[in-house]
Amino acid sequence: MLKKRILMLLGLFILVGTLTACQSGSNNGRSITAVGSSALQPLVEAVGENYTSAHSGNFINVQGGGTGTGLSQIQEGAVDIGNSDLYAEQKKGINAKKLVDHKVAVVGITPVINKQLAIKNLTKKQLIGIFTGDITNWQQVGGPDRTIVVINRAQGSGTRSTFERWALNGQSSLQAQEQDSTGMVRQIVSSTPGAISYMAFAYVDKTIKTVSVDNIQPTNKNVETNRWPIWSYEHMYTRGQPKGLTKDFIDYMMSDSVQEKVVGKLGYIPMSQMKTTRTLNDELHITK
Amino acid sequence: MHDDIKDSLLKKSRATRSEQRGRIISLTCTAIIVLIVVSIFYFVASKGLATFFSNKVNVWDFLSKSIWNPGSTDSHGSPQAGALPMIIGSFGVTLLSAIIATPFAIATAIFMTEISPNKGYKILQPVTELLVGIPSVVYGFIGLSVVVPFVRHTFGGTGFGILAGTFVLFVMILPTVTSMSVDALRAVPRYYREASLALGATRWQTIYKVVLRSATPGLATAVIFGMSRAFGEALAVQMVIGNAVLLPHNLISPASTLTSVLTMGMGNTVMGSAANNALWSLALLLLLMSLVFNLLINKIAKRGRI
Repeated sequence: MLKKRILMLLGLFILVGTLTACQSGSNNGRSITAVGSSALQPLVEAVGENYTSAHSGNFINVQGGGTGTGLSQIQEGAVDIGNSDLYAEQKKGINAKKLVDHKVAVVGITPVINKQLAIKNLTKKQLIGIFTGDITNWQQVGGPDRTIVVINRAQGSGTRSTFERWALNGQSSLQAQEQDSTGMVRQIVSSTPGAISYMAFAYVDKTIKTVSVDNIQPTNKNVETNRWPIWSYEHMYTRGQPKGLTKDFIDYMMSDSVQEKVVGKLGYIPMSQMKTTRTLNDELHITK
Repeated sequence: MHDDIKDSLLKKSRATRSEQRGRIISLTCTAIIVLIVVSIFYFVASKGLATFFSNKVNVWDFLSKSIWNPGSTDSHGSPQAGALPMIIGSFGVTLLSAIIATPFAIATAIFMTEISPNKGYKILQPVTELLVGIPSVVYGFIGLSVVVPFVRHTFGGTGFGILAGTFVLFVMILPTVTSMSVDALRAVPRYYREASLALGATRWQTIYKVVLRSATPGLATAVIFGMSRAFGEALAVQMVIGNAVLLPHNLISPASTLTSVLTMGMGNTVMGSAANNALWSLALLLLLMSLVFNLLINKIAKRGRI
């Protein structure tokens, strides 16, 4: 009886031992962790997979968690890369001086509405009216007699900050329904009559409808020239200058082959395509 | 001089040693569990109380104001952390779902124990066990694609709100309340029923006046257990309640619960900031509420024994 128990205990130790050995075995190669923005996550995941298959023995762990998580984790040095939709300077509680910014792509954000609404265009004034609660019925903007249902992203979300800054001229949106992921927003806008929200171009599909603002279409071309001003950089922050695998991976991310092939395919806009740059203080420079 | 008998009397026997070993192992495990619980409490409390001590939010304002925007400050310079909408939302869905679930659960339990102990039990027992095992995200997804449109078509509004949350939670806590009610009814001694029937009471009179009455503390425990589950449920409720930090006007206007705001905000705030601390305060409130539920259950159990 006792022998059996000792054997079992030994077995357990061996099992735990082998499991942890597997873990340390992978450390013979190199691995880094990138955490943060869910808007950037699909891109980093795809590029990370490509990188791993091209350079065996190197692992890129990608996790979501949101812009706030990404920035606070990189500030604490808990991860190697912090993904963010915002400049670190724009987030409260982050000391941006310690961090190095790598802008890896641009993402355009567009208002989206429920498909049943026969609305193609909203003026900026109407858009602001809708999101600040002054306009509450689609009739007021030339639509059917239906209550407007505003769906927001969670407070502090990078997409929401960008939308409020560039589409609502810096005014904050009214208290309304909030969702913490773009996927949920899309699902709810597609199934709720009269719903309006906003999301990154990459997430737009046939179940919902985009609207143009002041007769400008939400397209990549218009983002590149800044005719469509609702866009933001996607940042990968490192603590100090990147070293080792972190540097290699960010270089790979910025390489022409990735920027041209992967970034565009996933619905982001490559940095090289941008004909304008925007500084932290929202100054616009035309580069091409 | 060597004395075997003396040795065997003075030295610890094998059985004693193994008993001591067992004692040490179980004491260590208990100590670790207690340590973990204490450290969780300490961690949540220290983070949650920071809102009141370092960010200078008034506790009363936190409980009674309805503007939730902890990232920005009000005219007095303290963060706008009014948790009343979430508190109302949480208690709303919890109480309503418990009110709806209780009659169903008790009726099912009576059927399973008193009316059809064999067949009913054989069918309903696996069914309730199955319901317990369904992950909450599945309930939430069903809620989003079935309950929300149903509420929208039947009652109007967007479909998101306390009512949809209540329906989803009702299904979620039903199995818990049912199986605990079954246990409570089974604990009623057989001779109570026999005595009642021997006095000429009908089956219904026996159930209503004897079985249910003597099982009341157990049934109350079952309901409170269900309530504490409903109060703590995050994902499924978050998917159907709409997550608007507004005081609910009615049951079909979008609302929010403590848990839904917590899970939504965590990823978007920075550790140590006022917005993050405010979320920890919500977590502390949840922890305290579950403590209250536990104390209630204890108290009822004690009263039931006397």
